[in-house]
Amino acid sequence: MSTPEVTVIDYGVGNLLSVQRALEHCGAKVILTAEPEQILAAGRVLLPGVGAFDNGMQALERLGLVPVIHQLALQKTPLLGICLGMQLLLEESEEYGLTSGLGLIPGRVIPIPNTSTEGRFQKIPHVGWNALVLPTADAAWKGTILQTVVPGDAVYFVHSFMAKPKNEMHLVANCLYGGVPIPAVLVNGNISGCQFHPEKSGEVGLRILREFLSQ
Amino acid sequence: MGNIRLIARLDIKGPNLIKGIHLEGLRVMGSPSEYALRYYLQGADELIYMDCVASLYGRNHLGDIVRSAAKDIFVPMTVGGGIRSVEDATQILRAGADKVAVNTAAVSNPQLITEIARRFGSQCMVLSIEAKQVGPDRWEVFTDNGRERTGQDVIDWVKRGVAMGAGEILLTSVDREGTRKGFDIALVKAVSAEVAVPVIASGGMGKPEDLLTVVGEGGADAVAMADILHYKRAEIGDIRTVAKIAGLGVRYYEHS
Repeated sequence: MSTPEVTVIDYGVGNLLSVQRALEHCGAKVILTAEPEQILAAGRVLLPGVGAFDNGMQALERLGLVPVIHQLALQKTPLLGICLGMQLLLEESEEYGLTSGLGLIPGRVIPIPNTSTEGRFQKIPHVGWNALVLPTADAAWKGTILQTVVPGDAVYFVHSFMAKPKNEMHLVANCLYGGVPIPAVLVNGNISGCQFHPEKSGEVGLRILREFLSQ
Repeated sequence: MGNIRLIARLDIKGPNLIKGIHLEGLRVMGSPSEYALRYYLQGADELIYMDCVASLYGRNHLGDIVRSAAKDIFVPMTVGGGIRSVEDATQILRAGADKVAVNTAAVSNPQLITEIARRFGSQCMVLSIEAKQVGPDRWEVFTDNGRERTGQDVIDWVKRGVAMGAGEILLTSVDREGTRKGFDIALVKAVSAEVAVPVIASGGMGKPEDLLTVVGEGGADAVAMADILHYKRAEIGDIRTVAKIAGLGVRYYEHS
């Protein structure tokens, strides 16, 4: 098999070193770029990002990348959003007022509730290792980036907002925070997103990246 | 309460991993990257790198060590030692760290805690405290590896640090560090009772069971382990198993 290539969108939001290293560790050739032509020609594209939603969208708009990402969705290029990169895939976010997103997955980014299901106060941001669980009993991870992951496997989260899809069919995995289900993985066709950081989630995270590299 | 985190702590001097007793009498253990990889593969939930001579300033060994660790270590890394400004923090985060730990510079300039927290989020800002007992249920904050007194009371300082934006406390007992006598439970209990942010207990873990008391009685959210791992008295998997049998929540890790 030839070396898989992945194009990471470098739009100035957060540190790309860890994600680049993790992809390289999985055997990928990594291209960091904000050039529309390069992104459109890529075999697969990763949208990283940390920080505020409006900053992220503004950076994509400034670089003229919003129509480029829409085109990726149309031409069925596998696209993986990580953390803020996943949240940007939704239609809108409530962070600092309502901001429009890329709209590739119907739904809205909302604050994580600061009370548990038992009514206890819980800390925001949600930081740390948490287990991936199936959102419904009949859900399955086959054919998704979680193909080689087992329910109960833990991954590393750092976030204050969560990406809530409109359609249950786009929700692939949750984690539970104080009993509250938090969307952890969303998939809509060739578009995937993970709220956690696979590049900081040990061997489980690397398995998820390898699965993406095989798409 | 979330899972108890099992953290491997690597104290660095120049290019070497070192280990001391009471943070002094440092002995060279070997290459930090070898130890770090070993702990990553054993299933450490996080790693902490502490440059004990603050060589970050000027000769940037710590930056190099972290940059090279980022090639084969894929769990969160906290890095401290010699971070004196937002610019220093930026550099070390760019090198692949996820959080910075600040001790000396925060004591002399507490505003730095707020600046780092505002810039990168409080989850990124770990307040590192070296505590020495100075009386019954009284501990004083020290800096420079337990050598310099500050006159500050640990409990007062913790409260102030959290109010200023620290998102986590790395609490090192200088009295217990490297002694294998178990954690200073009273210290950990006094600190974790005062703040809502996670407290990482560090210093004194002699056997896996010490984890149970520092969590059960002390209220620690995480433990930082060095001596017990470096001298191979236990592996992280053994410690995870002890925690699981005792009913403590730990990350599910298939190799354990």
